[in-house]
Amino acid sequence: MNMTGEAGFVASRLEEAIGWARKYSIFQYPFVTACCGMEYMATACSHYDIDRFGAGLPRFSPRQADVLFVVGTISHKMLPVLKRIYDQMAEPKWVVSFGVCTCTGGFYDNYATVMGIDTLIPVDIYIPGCPPRPEYVLDGLLKLQAKIEAQHASGQRPAQERRPEFVP
Amino acid sequence: MTAAGLIQALEDRFPQAVRAAHAYRGDATVIVSRESLLHFARTLKEDPAFQMNFLMDVTAVDFSSFGKKPSPAFFASSGVAVRPSPEIPDQEPWPGPPGPGRFAVVYHLFSLPLKHRLRVEVLVEEADAEVDSLTPLWASADWLEREVWDMFGIRFRGHPNLTRILMYEEFVGHPLRKDYAVNKRQPLIGPVN
Amino acid sequence: MAELETREMLLNVGPAHPAMHGIIRIVATLDGERITSAEVEIGYLHRGFEKMSETVDYNGVIPYTDRLNYVSPLINNMGYCMAVEKLLGISVPERCDYIRVIVSEISRITDHLTCVGASAMELGAFTVFLYMIKAREFLWELVEMVTGARLTVSYGRVGGVKGDLPEGFDEQCRKAIQETRKVLDESNTLLTRNRIFVDRMSGTGKISSDAAVSYGITGPFLRATGVAYDVRKDCPYSVYDRLQFDVPVGTRGDNFDRYLVRMEEMEQSMRIIEQALRDIPPGPIQANPETGRPIPAAEMVDQAKVGNIAAIIDRRAVTDPTLDGSAKPLHHQIAADEKRVFLPAKEDTYGNIEGLMHHFKLVMYGHGVRPPKGEVYFPVEGANGELGFYIVSDGANSPYRVRVRPPCFAIMSALPRLVIGDMMADLTPTFGSVNMIGGELDR
Repeated sequence: MNMTGEAGFVASRLEEAIGWARKYSIFQYPFVTACCGMEYMATACSHYDIDRFGAGLPRFSPRQADVLFVVGTISHKMLPVLKRIYDQMAEPKWVVSFGVCTCTGGFYDNYATVMGIDTLIPVDIYIPGCPPRPEYVLDGLLKLQAKIEAQHASGQRPAQERRPEFVP
Repeated sequence: MTAAGLIQALEDRFPQAVRAAHAYRGDATVIVSRESLLHFARTLKEDPAFQMNFLMDVTAVDFSSFGKKPSPAFFASSGVAVRPSPEIPDQEPWPGPPGPGRFAVVYHLFSLPLKHRLRVEVLVEEADAEVDSLTPLWASADWLEREVWDMFGIRFRGHPNLTRILMYEEFVGHPLRKDYAVNKRQPLIGPVN
Repeated sequence: MAELETREMLLNVGPAHPAMHGIIRIVATLDGERITSAEVEIGYLHRGFEKMSETVDYNGVIPYTDRLNYVSPLINNMGYCMAVEKLLGISVPERCDYIRVIVSEISRITDHLTCVGASAMELGAFTVFLYMIKAREFLWELVEMVTGARLTVSYGRVGGVKGDLPEGFDEQCRKAIQETRKVLDESNTLLTRNRIFVDRMSGTGKISSDAAVSYGITGPFLRATGVAYDVRKDCPYSVYDRLQFDVPVGTRGDNFDRYLVRMEEMEQSMRIIEQALRDIPPGPIQANPETGRPIPAAEMVDQAKVGNIAAIIDRRAVTDPTLDGSAKPLHHQIAADEKRVFLPAKEDTYGNIEGLMHHFKLVMYGHGVRPPKGEVYFPVEGANGELGFYIVSDGANSPYRVRVRPPCFAIMSALPRLVIGDMMADLTPTFGSVNMIGGELDR
């Protein structure tokens, strides 16, 4: 740190470079459960090609992955498994909630379904849709990349967004 | 055999076991007594007149709130009388729910050589919800009966492994019963929404 | 040398696993590499389809049926709609039947493409997966042209379908079929005589036809063991009795036979589609405009509300593009002629009071389709086997009990039987050829 208190030139360039490198080398863990998995497959294949964004190599072990794509409805029976997978991933890690069932539960408001995985694990990007078109998924992926790039190299997440006060 | 022919043959063979029968919309349906179920099913499987080699489905229906759907109260506060549209009339109406007893266990059978289908219903009271298991006859009965136990709470005598199949073991209650609220959650971990 | 002590190992192929098929837990006991016993645990995707369908009305169940077998959603839609129509005792126009057959067969092809592609990928043949997903994209574009959505379509309605086939569907369909045939040829060259593929798939996952019948297995799985049971041939419904197609039957009941049966079934489905396109009763693709200049429907309603009838008396209401295909001249082809069941054409809803009343009686809370009291069971040929819907109605506007008989439930119950005796690595092709779809298995 120099006299003005900012990080030096080299340090900030380094952080930018690390952010750039991280966002283009996403190793996702596709936690695929239901119908959204079909659109995930479509996004990953030739027509919509997620590989051109650097996210083309899924790692089927949570220890080797950095983005957890939760794809498809999570039931209460599955939730402990999801928590365990999330805990097994090493920092820095991000969570993408793919499909409206993982965002808020979808139209399955019943005894078996979790109304949104953010009741248990922190979610970075929400991609709604039932199932979301591949173009929406790629849009979400670009937002995720922007978020990854902005994150500090130290792994510290950006400050939590202040939600506006609800005034009825 | 046609539906009517099948019902006639069954009524002739099992005069005591078959309590009622009908062929609503062309589906042959017989309602049998609980005690005679295993023998009845064995005959259906092995007799050359019936040859029901497929047990397609085992399920149950909870008749406790049949016909009692509350009329909508949407306009009730405004005093407007809501008269729902009349039912679509029927030439040969259905005889009605199979009779006393809260649950009916419904079996769907199919014969591939003779290409006929049959539905067998067995009435079960809530207090004594137990039926003979058909696992000795068809292997498909195994998981299907486990599902009926899980969703309705009807036991099957002689089933090798009557445990929950769709819900987790810690779940209390039987979800498809009419008195189980649709969004009554029992989470293993995490908050109750 | 001292005697080596061996013990059996317990391996948990847990709910989250790399196979692309869905969440299931297999607890296998291994003796070296051989599986000596396997226990299968399902229910990780139980979403309460049967309970939810008791809370919505008859047409509201259709989006839930899409998500049952989500790779062939149109077959589920059509099966449910045909079951409710059997309960009501109504029949649909012939063109509607042909439309249903065409879209069901397209769905069947997409299901088999996904199944064969995913199981090939798990064995290492990644290229075949990419080719088959490419063909699936062409078919999904076709489905999107007709229904508006790629995957969860909700196209069927009780008493008909949502809209007629659009202009240019014929040509687009033939092009898509041509592309699919090319892809199937390429995949055939890559897989069918491929030493590695044949070695891994032949002889593994065998089941005898008697055991398969006892487990209640139907569909391509059963046909690969030698039993020729196809609901479309043995208990025909819709217009299948007028169409010519063959039912491929295997001999050995192992994974390779199932692969061959599925490849041949895709070809037969394409044959059915071509015949249906040739035989479909014609309908006016371009609606003849009646006398009257067009006016947007919303504007017509606004003018009517203020009483300005003179401005709208000789105008024709034009509706939103999302209602394409259900315009008034096409309406009689896609909907059964039963006022108590199917919504009127939007031009009537906005244009005259009878249409508005008709619409009200079907849509307002408390009213709706109210079938007579009764119970029916209607089986259709799903991509995995006999998909049956058992519906009990008590005369109210929502179903009393909807039960779907899932074809892959029976197949999964036989999975321990299929893998015991084979090696651990044979679990992958066997599980792939089972085509377990979580939405259908756990509902």
